[in-house]
Amino acid sequence: MKKYDRYKPLFLPALKGAGKYFLLSAVEVVLAIFALYCASIVTSYTLDWVLLGQNPSIPAPLFQWLKSLGPLGRSYWLCGLAFLLFTMLNGLFTLLRRTHVAKGAEHMAKVMRDTLYRKLNAVPYDYHKHVSTGDLVQRCTSDVDTVRKFVTNQLIEIVRVIVMFVVAAALMFAIRWEMALISMAVMPILTVSSFLYFRYVRKYFTEVDEAEGALSTAVQENLTGVRVVRAFGQQRAEYDKFTRLNQDFCKKNIRLVKLLGLYWGSSDAIGYLQIALSLVLGVLFYVKTRGTAHPFSLGDIYLFLALTSRLTWPVRQLGRVLADMGKATVSLDRLNEIMNADNETEPGKAKTNCDLNGDIVFTDVTFGYDKPNDVLDGISFTAKAGQTIGILGSTGSGKSSLVQLLQRLYPVTGGEITINGTPINDIDHHLLRKNIAIVLQEPFLYSRSIRENIMLTAPDATEAELFEAAREAAVHDVIEKFADGYETVVGERGVTLSGGQQQRVAIARALMQKAPIMIFDDSMSAVDTETDAKIRTALRSHHGNGILFIISHRITTLHEADRILVLDHGKLVQNGTHDELIREEGLYRRIAEIQDYRAEGGEQA
Amino acid sequence: MSYENEVEFNQKEKMDSKLWKRLFGYAMRNRALFVRILVSMLIVAIIDALYPILTRYAIDRFVRPDAAPSTDGIWVFFAVYAALVLLQGFCTMRFIGRSGEMEMAISYAIRQEAYRKLQTLSFSFYDKTSAGYLMARMVSDVARLSDMIAWSITDFLWCGFYMLFCFAAMFWFNWKLALIVMAVIPPLAIVSLYLQKRILRYQRVARKHNSRITSAFNEGIMGAMTTKTLVREEKNAAEFETITSDMRKASVKASVLSATFFPLVISLGAVGTSFALIFGGAGVQATLGGSETFLGIITAGTLVSFINYASSLFDPIQQLAGIFADMQSAQASAERVLSLLDTESEVQDTPEAEAKYGTSMDPKRENWEPINGEITFDHVDFFYKESEPLLRDFNLHIRAGETVALVGETGAGKSTIVNLICRFYEPKKGRILIDGKDYRERSQLWLQSSLGYVLQQPHLFSGTIRDNIRFGRPDADDTSVHRAAAMVHADAFIERQQKGYDTEVGEGGVRLSTGQKQLISFARVILADPQIFVLDEATSSIDTETEQLIQSAITEVLRGRTSIVVAHRLSTIRNADRILVIRRNGAIVEEGDHETLLKKGGYYHDLYMHQYQEDAMQEALK
Repeated sequence: MKKYDRYKPLFLPALKGAGKYFLLSAVEVVLAIFALYCASIVTSYTLDWVLLGQNPSIPAPLFQWLKSLGPLGRSYWLCGLAFLLFTMLNGLFTLLRRTHVAKGAEHMAKVMRDTLYRKLNAVPYDYHKHVSTGDLVQRCTSDVDTVRKFVTNQLIEIVRVIVMFVVAAALMFAIRWEMALISMAVMPILTVSSFLYFRYVRKYFTEVDEAEGALSTAVQENLTGVRVVRAFGQQRAEYDKFTRLNQDFCKKNIRLVKLLGLYWGSSDAIGYLQIALSLVLGVLFYVKTRGTAHPFSLGDIYLFLALTSRLTWPVRQLGRVLADMGKATVSLDRLNEIMNADNETEPGKAKTNCDLNGDIVFTDVTFGYDKPNDVLDGISFTAKAGQTIGILGSTGSGKSSLVQLLQRLYPVTGGEITINGTPINDIDHHLLRKNIAIVLQEPFLYSRSIRENIMLTAPDATEAELFEAAREAAVHDVIEKFADGYETVVGERGVTLSGGQQQRVAIARALMQKAPIMIFDDSMSAVDTETDAKIRTALRSHHGNGILFIISHRITTLHEADRILVLDHGKLVQNGTHDELIREEGLYRRIAEIQDYRAEGGEQA
Repeated sequence: MSYENEVEFNQKEKMDSKLWKRLFGYAMRNRALFVRILVSMLIVAIIDALYPILTRYAIDRFVRPDAAPSTDGIWVFFAVYAALVLLQGFCTMRFIGRSGEMEMAISYAIRQEAYRKLQTLSFSFYDKTSAGYLMARMVSDVARLSDMIAWSITDFLWCGFYMLFCFAAMFWFNWKLALIVMAVIPPLAIVSLYLQKRILRYQRVARKHNSRITSAFNEGIMGAMTTKTLVREEKNAAEFETITSDMRKASVKASVLSATFFPLVISLGAVGTSFALIFGGAGVQATLGGSETFLGIITAGTLVSFINYASSLFDPIQQLAGIFADMQSAQASAERVLSLLDTESEVQDTPEAEAKYGTSMDPKRENWEPINGEITFDHVDFFYKESEPLLRDFNLHIRAGETVALVGETGAGKSTIVNLICRFYEPKKGRILIDGKDYRERSQLWLQSSLGYVLQQPHLFSGTIRDNIRFGRPDADDTSVHRAAAMVHADAFIERQQKGYDTEVGEGGVRLSTGQKQLISFARVILADPQIFVLDEATSSIDTETEQLIQSAITEVLRGRTSIVVAHRLSTIRNADRILVIRRNGAIVEEGDHETLLKKGGYYHDLYMHQYQEDAMQEALK
């Protein structure tokens, strides 16, 4: 990996719109520091010239001009106001700097979040099957936040400390280089030692985090397993276990805090010793250079003290910032892993204007994850326009994969599927999916109102169309009974619908799509048989020339189909109508017999 | 973890002093620690306030603008300065360490107390309160409160002492100039407090948006397939962008507001410094010239010290405002934590029972009678809400050693019966007798220690397989563990694991399949060897092989114990001594063994046939 590759997928594109804010804030950093130092210089000027009548340490032309002002140039009021003004300017530029940094960083965060969200939509569905939701969410939220914090707190802080240091150094050297050297003697020590220190304590931070994690886990397990704990009467043992972990966490945390105390205490001492040294040597210089052409004045002593004490703590902080920089690159790498996944691609001509009303033909289709044919093997059949196709198969026989291939959620590994003569690989995947409505066994509803959920695929539909779809899905009456009716919010942030209700809302949603091809992937399993029949009657009367796929275990559902496909271990083992299959030895007849058993077999037992 | 995203929106505006008094009480439990922190802070603050005095001394004593300078004693001065610095560094080190100790003492005490409480609270509490909610109280709220309390004590002490000594020094040097400089403090305090509160409010808004982003990501990922099939990618992304825009707006607003804080405060502080320059400067000049202004005699050193004091005063004020604002925003957390500590358990042992049998934390096992396992429901009524009765005048006698299967629809009251037998709840009316004696006359632990319980969803704890099997009898030796595993046929798969019995099962047992978890939970019961066994059978289907293992495991566990099974498996039902068909409100509509009930041709017959069909379907589709 090249050195800058890390920043390419996410960081640099996000930086693009934020660059101007960061540029502005860099300028504001310089101006703020300039104003800050000017305020100190005003004080030193006041002491030297206004109070004692000695030459102040300010540029000669400025001094000439101030002298030309006469008594005004030696007015305490002017000095007081100038001090106030410069302090306010410092405040103002700091405000602007922080505003612009916030704007830049928040812009970056937004662009990064948006890019990630789009990326997660653009990757093939297969990607989602192989990653954990929790981990992805964690990355998209906290890792983005780590990068954002790095930009707001650290990047600009590094710039600020460097500018502060350089300007202060220049100022001090201009006044007296010997004193400048002495006044900055400990700065490198502070930076380096705090850098090393924070790298050193990182493992203690990790230990504390781990101890806290263990403690949380213990609580979590105790809470979720509370029935087991009580039923085995293990409260005491659980309490003792918690006590041990709690003690361990406290012990480790105290050790860390003590280490931090040692650091803050000693680096404080180093910083103040520096100030003491500057003060004492400043006095010695004052005495030694008194009466020479360039005396070291009282104002200079004050200025050196002020600059030194302003520099000490940021310089110390710099070491910590540098030590923490690694965290941001780790986060960025974790995000890049997402960004570097391949997008869903168009394998063929990506036609966007073809008619999908027509026969569907599977020709020797194979599909698999590990091996090219371990899920589906040599599937061939034709679904004619207007037909209903029933599918029966055991768990893991590949029936869901079969219908998902039709939507190109996965690419076939062999053979070909055509719709109305066009190979699906040549159809734009958006067009393809818009023309195929699919209802899953455990449908996913978005966390919004039922109305919005049903109208997702047809946002411009009328109320009447909405109600009709809901009635056909036999869910209208159920929805009307909710206190908020169609405005009831479902999902994560709303009410939980029963499995059957979810399935029926999803069916209504699919109906709204008015697609020529519809797939019901075991999507009425949680609906009772009567309602199931009602829904199917409604479907048939409306479907016209479209093709309907129904995956089900219910013979009552399957027997009406024009063609029934029976799958076993990825192979199409039976293919025919109910009347044909019921006469053949095979899975279909066995299932039919079991289901009939209930009606007649009761008396036999 | 979702509980971290929980944000409190209803900020209380009024400070509840009783609440805080109680919380700060935790900090005061260790008086010696508090006194030590106080002394350290006192020294640190005094030395902080001394630095301007040292500068003043250096100027007036060595620089002497009014006379010839002198360096006599300057190295002694340096030595004193350095000694103070070292002393302060030492005290800083000590107070940080000790505040850390105090923080940990507080969090330790609250967590212990809360955890202890959680071990005794009844299931009515757990049914109403989610684990996520409790986690948030136990982990983040306690961490936040103890951090805040410990460090705000430290900060408060420093701010108080430091300001006190600064005021004292200024008054000592020149009380008139002191008054002038201090005029800025009241507005400074008001502005600080006002702004801190607003900043916190905006940060809360930003956090709210942040949790929206988290759930949007969550939804986007969970619904990835649906989004693709509905071709919603573009629209979802566009909607997501409005959320991130809201977030950006709110965050920038919060940042700008907290950025405004700084210039306002330092400008107000600078007013104090310029007062010092203006009036002090003129005063020093007059003094040097041999006259006096209204300030009287004032030296150059005093002037410099005033400038230093004035420019450092806004810091403690800002900190104090921060403490109050923090407390206000943490009040909701504080209330929630304290209300957890104050929750009363609905199921409690009577004082007499506690005296004889001990508490669940400190049992007196020597006083426990052995348990036979005879259970009697005597005219029991039960409800969670009075308007929705679950059991009404329920009577049942279960002989010691009998296996009773409960069947019936969801909501008929099967789980209620189980909960009552386990004394997770107690009857609202009537009695439940164990071995002929009302179980409320004995302790909960007495009963629960003799009770084996296996849930629909087996729950394991992180640790090794061995630890989990030993859960009910932590002192069991390896031979007994192996024997228990062998009895339920769990030994085969355990020994196939790389580390055998020392295999880590992961949090909640994630590294094992459901079937394996169930086998281990049966081994756990076998080892604990309870007199009464309660099984809430799972409906979920598992692979045939494991299913058969579980069937035989159940047979093994049921042997020779009083067993109550909420049954779904045909084999379990068929082998029960007695089957009860429960309808609404615990009414027993059919009762008898398998043969009898099947002949009767009622509900049980239909249920059995349906089950049979389902099983056959499962078998055919495998």
